[in-house]
Amino acid sequence: MTERLFEGADWDFHTLQRITDACEEVALKDLGLDVYPNQIEVITAEQMLDAYSSVGMPLFYKHWSFGKHFAYHEASYRKGLMGLAYEIVINSSPCISYLMEENTATMQTLVIAHAAFGHNHFFKNNYLFKQWTDAEGILDYLDFAKNYVMQCEERYGRIEVERTLDAAHALMSHGIDRYPGKKQLDLREEEKRAGRRRQHEEEVFNDLWRTVPKGASKARTAISLERRRKLLGLPQENLLYFLEKSAPRLAPWQRELLRIVRHIAQYFYPQSQTKVMNEGTATYVHYRIMTKLHQQGRISDGNFLEFLGSHTNVVFQPEFDDPRYSGFNPYALGFAVMQDIERIVTNPEDEDREWFPDIAGKGDVMGVLRDVWANYRDESFIGQFLSPKLMRHFRMFHLHDDPEERAGIRVDAIHDERGFRRVRRELARQHDVGFIDANIEVVDVDLSGDRRLILHHRVIKGSQLNETDAKRVLQHLADLWTYGVALIEVDANDKVLREYVVSPRPIAAAVA
Amino acid sequence: MHIIDRRLNPGGKSLENRQRFLRRAKSLVQGAVKKTSQERDIKDVLEGGEVTIPLDGMHEPRFRREGGTRDMVLPGNKKFIEGDYLQRQGQGSAKDSGPGEGDSEDAFRFVLSRDEFVDLFLDDLELPDLAKRKIAQTESEGIQRAGYTTSGSPANISVSRTVKLALARRIALKRPRKDEVEELEAAIEACTDEDERAELVARLEKLKAKTKRIPFIDPLDIRYRRYEKVPRPVAQAVMFCLMDVSGSMSEHMKDLAKRFYMLLYVFLKRRYKHVEIVFIRHTDRAEEVDEQTFFYGPASGGTLVSSALQAMHEIVRERFSPADWNIYAAQASDGDNSYSDGELTGLLLTEKILPVCQFFAYLEVGESGGSAFDLSDSSLWTLYERLRNSGAPLSMRKVSERSEIFPVFHDLFQRRETAQEKAAP
Repeated sequence: MTERLFEGADWDFHTLQRITDACEEVALKDLGLDVYPNQIEVITAEQMLDAYSSVGMPLFYKHWSFGKHFAYHEASYRKGLMGLAYEIVINSSPCISYLMEENTATMQTLVIAHAAFGHNHFFKNNYLFKQWTDAEGILDYLDFAKNYVMQCEERYGRIEVERTLDAAHALMSHGIDRYPGKKQLDLREEEKRAGRRRQHEEEVFNDLWRTVPKGASKARTAISLERRRKLLGLPQENLLYFLEKSAPRLAPWQRELLRIVRHIAQYFYPQSQTKVMNEGTATYVHYRIMTKLHQQGRISDGNFLEFLGSHTNVVFQPEFDDPRYSGFNPYALGFAVMQDIERIVTNPEDEDREWFPDIAGKGDVMGVLRDVWANYRDESFIGQFLSPKLMRHFRMFHLHDDPEERAGIRVDAIHDERGFRRVRRELARQHDVGFIDANIEVVDVDLSGDRRLILHHRVIKGSQLNETDAKRVLQHLADLWTYGVALIEVDANDKVLREYVVSPRPIAAAVA
Repeated sequence: MHIIDRRLNPGGKSLENRQRFLRRAKSLVQGAVKKTSQERDIKDVLEGGEVTIPLDGMHEPRFRREGGTRDMVLPGNKKFIEGDYLQRQGQGSAKDSGPGEGDSEDAFRFVLSRDEFVDLFLDDLELPDLAKRKIAQTESEGIQRAGYTTSGSPANISVSRTVKLALARRIALKRPRKDEVEELEAAIEACTDEDERAELVARLEKLKAKTKRIPFIDPLDIRYRRYEKVPRPVAQAVMFCLMDVSGSMSEHMKDLAKRFYMLLYVFLKRRYKHVEIVFIRHTDRAEEVDEQTFFYGPASGGTLVSSALQAMHEIVRERFSPADWNIYAAQASDGDNSYSDGELTGLLLTEKILPVCQFFAYLEVGESGGSAFDLSDSSLWTLYERLRNSGAPLSMRKVSERSEIFPVFHDLFQRRETAQEKAAP
């Protein structure tokens, strides 16, 4: 029998090292995972709260909204309304996992297996993360961003910087490129470029040029509508990008701030599309590793029971009429599907052969799972791998709520032969980020007139924007654009449902 | 694989963000602080703690969609089949109050540290110009002996301590005493026997060598007197709360008074290390009571303001020497006083009280509704006004609404002249 990794609940740094080595052995040899180098950091509860407030990142620029979140978390934590996460893990290379010092040895093992191997593998291999994030460069980039924001504050004043960042934050969820095609993100290069750009701007700035007479400019009307739109890269759904490139009166440093916020939004974009998969992967991995360690006798029965208790809590899925219900638990759903894939691959039933001809009975569990982890996001993952058996297990049903329908909310499909495909398609759609976020685009700029920026919101299923918020966001947008902004909500047939028009606020700095 | 212990790293990384948030939310938090402080005891005001602020002003807007037809997949179906209808909850009003609709006034609790709390509470108050002593400076430093040290300036050598140590060392190391050597020398003189003499000379040589080896005073022995700077607490203040509790004082009036005292207390606490509060309530007799009795204890009887002043004067004489204490008094009253008491009151104030007070505030509290200003001046007001016009350092204001307390306090402490001008139309 192999030696125990630890006894009881206590741990020290040697124990952590032993635990990590043991987890690594299982992760690499048995599961065939491919991970970034790991860095494990032990922190206190207070530091964990600190980490929360800056979206989990070890370094971040300063902004009041992070303070607000800190205060919010702190208050609810102190009141006991909220437990702290056991761990925070950062998609970087080396992959940094924070462990809380309060955790027992069993919990530390769980967390290391979960974060340092589960999440880590997912970050390194999933196509979205590969496409959109730069694990090697992120920490340096954040460091650059932090210093840049600080320098801006010194040069241009805290208020000015704050105003720009507030506006950028409001548009953050619309500062994302959803479709690849441009070149890969290289944050280190990006940082260097920012420096060169500033230098260039300083060098070429020459006041004399402004007085040089220009040739007769082409009549504005000569430029056709199509050409103009093409020149401006319209339609454009990445509002931050558009402003950064085209807003007429932004200072260079403001453009750089928009770029920073945009890069960070983009960095987090894959995370929002892969919650179920990411947590499912990490949970599946920790479950496999812990079970293996227990089989090997490296974890005692008592500690394994402790683990099972935590694990069960994590993957608990309340039913819809339970007061604790707040949507599907990504841990529960992700873990269930991964386990189900394991079952289908090793021990399929006829139904599974019919539904999953490609993987049923294939035998190589880890091979299939690694492929799934690499090539899917939540929407396609659920759309592809949610089995009838699981839908029955969760007793899923699909509700359709039409406010016009007097009779109430219709049950559109349930977990039966007729309903499986519809339920699955609908659940997959609910995890489609492209579908969840409002579809807003810059469609035109009235260059010949008052330079008004025109945006469209294409309304889906009659769901319009919240008016108060929309006005506020548009105000921020108008302030950055420095001319009027119009947002038109249109339905699928181009019928105009509502129109917002906002003018920019006068710039206080110009007065002062 | 790296395992790093970050626990020793300083926490509070988000402190800066928190302060930014506070700065931004200042007016909101300030409002919340004032509201919270109204519900507390005077001394508890300083405890800091939780305030609830509306999130609205701190809202971070995003484009959000709402309404329209919704589709959802839920777990836990037990009885529904396709085509069933579920009743909407709260049907009818559902349209107006859907979740996340309109301006959500959700508030969140915010824990302020003691300092943050008080800073916001006082914010832009200033000390009264009137101050007789320099009260902004809360401490002066004194120098005090604090033992001995092995290093220092020659001026501070402590001779007695150095000699004492030298002596101890000499004894411990058995340094030959002077008379010992002399004795031996005498013995050598007197000695006749060659052998014995040689032996004595040898002993003498040995002693002399030892004397040289063990100096009379060694650098090790030297001690210097050490001095330490100590804060000398001149920084203490006493605050007299004088209140008329005769039948005519309503709960509302007492409440107004309490708020005023509370502000004064916090204000003083900020400036001084020690603040004492003395509660004196009076009808036709005055007594010193605790806070609870002061504000909530029942009492009735006639009104003699001079009794309270007399009581204060006696307490000052017994316990708070004006040389050591900064004395503040705030009197709250509805302004009624026996006609015959006026002269005595005036005399006590000008002769005994005002000369020792840093600041004497008179707060005339009125019934809610603000009628106080329409009525003719009360007997006490008339009296105080007369005193003030003849140059007495009195501050007086009338208050009839809770909301006026803070501004009044503000006025009193911000610029006294203006406050007086305002009070005397």
